[in-house]
Amino acid sequence: MGTAAGPGNLAGVRHILLVLSGKGGVGKSTISAELALALRHAGKKVGILDVDLCGPSIPRMLRAQGRAVHQCDGGWVPVFVDQEQSISLMSVGFLLENPDEAVVWRGPKKNALIKQFVSDVAWGQLDYLVVDTPPGTSDEHMATVDALRPYSPLGALVVTTPQAVSVGDVRRELTFCRKTGLQVLGVVENMSGFVCPHCAECTNVFSRGGGEELATLAGVPFLGSVPLDPELCGSLEEGRDFIRDFPKSSAFPALFSIAQKVLSQAPARLS
Amino acid sequence: MEEVPQGCPGTGSAQAGRGASCQGCPNQRLCASGAGAAPDPAIEEIKEKMKTVKHKILVLSGKGGVGKSTFSAHLAHGLAEDENTQVALLDIDICGPSIPKIMGLEGEQFVEDNLGVMSVGFLLSSPDDAVIWRGPKKNGMIKQFLRDVDWGEVDYLIVDTPPGTSDEHLSAVQYLSSTHIDGAVIITTPQEVSLQDVRKEINFCHKVKLPIIGVVENMSGFICPKCKKESQIFPPTTGGAEVMCQNLKIPLLGKVPLDPHIGKSCDKGQSFLIDAPDSPATLAYRSIIQRIQEFCGRHLPEEGHLISS
Repeated sequence: MGTAAGPGNLAGVRHILLVLSGKGGVGKSTISAELALALRHAGKKVGILDVDLCGPSIPRMLRAQGRAVHQCDGGWVPVFVDQEQSISLMSVGFLLENPDEAVVWRGPKKNALIKQFVSDVAWGQLDYLVVDTPPGTSDEHMATVDALRPYSPLGALVVTTPQAVSVGDVRRELTFCRKTGLQVLGVVENMSGFVCPHCAECTNVFSRGGGEELATLAGVPFLGSVPLDPELCGSLEEGRDFIRDFPKSSAFPALFSIAQKVLSQAPARLS
Repeated sequence: MEEVPQGCPGTGSAQAGRGASCQGCPNQRLCASGAGAAPDPAIEEIKEKMKTVKHKILVLSGKGGVGKSTFSAHLAHGLAEDENTQVALLDIDICGPSIPKIMGLEGEQFVEDNLGVMSVGFLLSSPDDAVIWRGPKKNGMIKQFLRDVDWGEVDYLIVDTPPGTSDEHLSAVQYLSSTHIDGAVIITTPQEVSLQDVRKEINFCHKVKLPIIGVVENMSGFICPKCKKESQIFPPTTGGAEVMCQNLKIPLLGKVPLDPHIGKSCDKGQSFLIDAPDSPATLAYRSIIQRIQEFCGRHLPEEGHLISS
């Protein structure tokens, strides 16, 4: 199970965390991208591994769509999304000739690419590797957990929206974490209410309370509620740095607090 | 249909599994054993079973969380309001089966006399049970749902799918390949992050020659219950579904605004169409359902119609 350390694998990565949800569309990629930006602003070197092969959202969120992936001795060179090279990214999105091309693969082929993304990408020295996943508990998730196991991931952030339909799926994801021995760092509740920009009335568009109830039920920390914020959506659409550009927005405090909690987990572990 | 190694000789070829370009292909052993050449007998069995099903509609999206299950459920509710219409709703989201919750079912399969539901959710004993299955096992379940469930005389079979373009979608199309699928309804939300996945789904449909009935744009604007002014929670920065449909020459069936009552009805397992009959979202749903019925009415099943795979 042990792999030889080398420049092409994860030996230089201090902490690995996965962003999971049983449910689709709750904001895993959003939370992954914003967490990476927040960690970068805290002075950390961050990598993002996007293992959503059918719906790779991260390149666009960080204005990296259409970039080319180069090879080096250690394997693929991840794409740097900024001049300072503090955030690097690998996604199947970079390997598609046409961005509208569908990746219509069955499980075994998906597993093979994920193994390559873990072992054949020259991540170099990173403080954090954030792994964004597709919804579900299937091939991609099993392949990712298996491939990362030798590197002892810090754990998983599990994302939900407040409503029961989402919580219903995310409970199953928590079971997946338990069965695969992945520690749950905590639950993030996304899309928690919308404050009308015209009259400031807050409406619970996707019900309320589910995230905190789920965390209590599962005995894991509740990391916070992120409200619905069109500035956040808009910022991701344009690949902007939301943490830098919108510190006064309603979603900022929650995202910042989640990043702080992740940072506080890390020193407690032996790397 | 699937991505294949360059130079793949084809699964039916004499060289299948034996050629140089077969090395490393996950299907190599299967092809070499000759299994790839023989069609799955289940396909014929499913064709027989589906003879009593008039119309089949797949609800797809490349993107998760856009409202496929919500739409599937309400399409089923809407069609079943006519007690003479027999409706069946099949949930093939094996890992995240939302339909039982949205339809208010704990294990019973019938919502009304004329509305039946099947989902892997019914086979799980606890709400915490995770279905941690790889592709082949998921495919087996879908095959069982289509072949072994006694669907009976059904006017509309609605198939709710998980997000993506993978095993479940390939299997659904493959197993139904010898029957007539009326088409796919594709769900999106207005923002580009959704549309970029939905374009892939549209390409998937073209690849497997699945007709597209049209696109539904969900969460299209939000009316504040207090001041009644509209906001765009998910801004259509690239023109939303309207522009995408114009560019790809696909019908836009309608736009459904975000109504907080939709989420509440789904959580309670009730029909939003009945809970909030005057909501603009209900009116939008009803108009879309009518357009789908019209489409199905224009494209009647022909005997022996094939969708080539």
